[in-house]
Amino acid sequence: MSVNIETAEATSPRPSRRRTAARLPKAVVQHKRAIAFFIVPFAVLFALFYLVPIGYAVYQSLLVIERDGTFGQAREVFGGFAQYVQVFQNGPFWQSVGRVLLFGVVQVPVMLGLALLFALLLDSPLLRGKRFFRLAFFVPYAVPGVIAAIMWGFLYSPNLSPFTAITQNVNFLSADLVLWAIANVVTWVFVGYNMLIIYSSLLSIPTEIYEAARLDGAGQARIAWSIKIPLVMPAIVLTAIFSIIGTLQLLAEPQVFRSFSSAVSSTFTPNLTVYTTSSIPNVNLAAAFSVVLALATFVLSFGFLKFTQRKEGK
Amino acid sequence: MTAILSTGRGPQESRLSRAGALIVMLVFTLYFLIPIWWLFIASTKSSSQFSNTAPLWFADFNLFENVGQLVAYRDGVYLKWMLNSVLYAGLGALLGTLFAAMCGYALAKYRFPGRDLIFNVVLGGVLVPATALALPLFLIFSQVGLTNTFWAVFLPSLVSPFGVYLTRIFAASSVPEELLEASRLDGAGEVRTFFTISVRLMFPALVTVFLFQFVAIWNNFFLPLIMLRDEALFPVTLGLYSWNSQVNQIPELRLYVLVGAFLSIIPLVITFLLLQRFWRSGLGAGAVK
Repeated sequence: MSVNIETAEATSPRPSRRRTAARLPKAVVQHKRAIAFFIVPFAVLFALFYLVPIGYAVYQSLLVIERDGTFGQAREVFGGFAQYVQVFQNGPFWQSVGRVLLFGVVQVPVMLGLALLFALLLDSPLLRGKRFFRLAFFVPYAVPGVIAAIMWGFLYSPNLSPFTAITQNVNFLSADLVLWAIANVVTWVFVGYNMLIIYSSLLSIPTEIYEAARLDGAGQARIAWSIKIPLVMPAIVLTAIFSIIGTLQLLAEPQVFRSFSSAVSSTFTPNLTVYTTSSIPNVNLAAAFSVVLALATFVLSFGFLKFTQRKEGK
Repeated sequence: MTAILSTGRGPQESRLSRAGALIVMLVFTLYFLIPIWWLFIASTKSSSQFSNTAPLWFADFNLFENVGQLVAYRDGVYLKWMLNSVLYAGLGALLGTLFAAMCGYALAKYRFPGRDLIFNVVLGGVLVPATALALPLFLIFSQVGLTNTFWAVFLPSLVSPFGVYLTRIFAASSVPEELLEASRLDGAGEVRTFFTISVRLMFPALVTVFLFQFVAIWNNFFLPLIMLRDEALFPVTLGLYSWNSQVNQIPELRLYVLVGAFLSIIPLVITFLLLQRFWRSGLGAGAVK
């Protein structure tokens, strides 16, 4: 892309370059007030509730509390990276990071694999009653994470569950299994949503493409593997990025599970750690956790995007 | 598998692969719907029948009595929570969609300096999780005395970077320049053109953005959890969460949690059913660049 622009500029004669340069400011003047009218409301809100908080979190994370004596007046003073040193020495926080990474490495591929499978089946001529399945699979998305977690908490409980034959033998709320019990709740809520995104993307593929493949003797599985999946890759990447963001931000489900299972500690996930730290209260350390977490999320999703783009480019 | 692979004969797919597809889908239909079915059944039972009758089938149909008790409990705080959720999510998503659409439209249809910068910053905003903003927002709001107010949850909900991203893509592909030029020749102002013509063309995308934002606000947990102390301001999710964490001390709350949870998912299901035919095309626009 950039190569094209450079060559275009290099080959274009001087006068035309001057003309474009002259045209630009004129285009700016056009509809200036309308543009401002359209942009300003969002821009102001975005600045106030996205940029300012991020800036404020960074600022807060650079402060430390200083006291005169043990019970003296507390003052906030600049502490450089003192809070970040604390973050990096905080064992429970890194354990929680490791926990959600393990969670993500297993849950995200399982969820997206299922979503892709369902989307392909919905799109194939193999299935009838598509409207029904589409709706049935999507309904859990209407259940908020908190409510889903409360519901599944009951379903997992050894005595309240409708499946006591299972829950009295397998304790889903034990330390070994509770992470996967939560993974199941998240999967249950989001599979249908991801399925719909991939399915909409499948619908936009022109069907003529399949006809040639059919004439060549390709079956549905072959068409799915060689044509459909490569073409819906952008949709899968999109769902993967949202899933990565969601995984690192896990809060509601584990927070609810704390009332069902003693195995969920107050630092079970990074966001729970942030919440717990802020209510101790150690606001500055909590701000530093937030910054590290937001940065990690950003880097991970952005990195994933770049990685898949490069792979596709090759 | 071999059955699927060897269907080179024509459009007729083998019975085996049809049956396989159907079985997979039916099994997962059970997985997705049984929990909701159970919740429905549980909310129709009296608390005495909850644990000693078949969990997946009706006993005495007590739903209306249960709802009556739930609504009456603590002067109808549950209804207040539902109303709060509707206000936060409905009004927030409506205004949020409007602001996002205006911005996305301007980014798609006008040339001006800083356009790419704005878009890239907003795109970065899509990747910044809302929960990471909750704590710093709390710190700022406590400085200006806005915590524990309606605005503390409502105002941040008005921002939808993903909405800007989606409407920009959609406006670029579905609002033709010729139409805008024609409208200009007819003497309509830019703002009027947007509201009378462009908004209609962008409608599927707007429904999608509205739904995304509605669900995001309705499901939001961290922001109200951290901002609100006053029970009267809670959205329904936070209210039910607070009840659920008191079940051990106040056992009668268990029934209210279940009935309340069941009632709370009905508005969202209805919203989806009403809007689903509009919004799939918009969803596709976001996924396929």
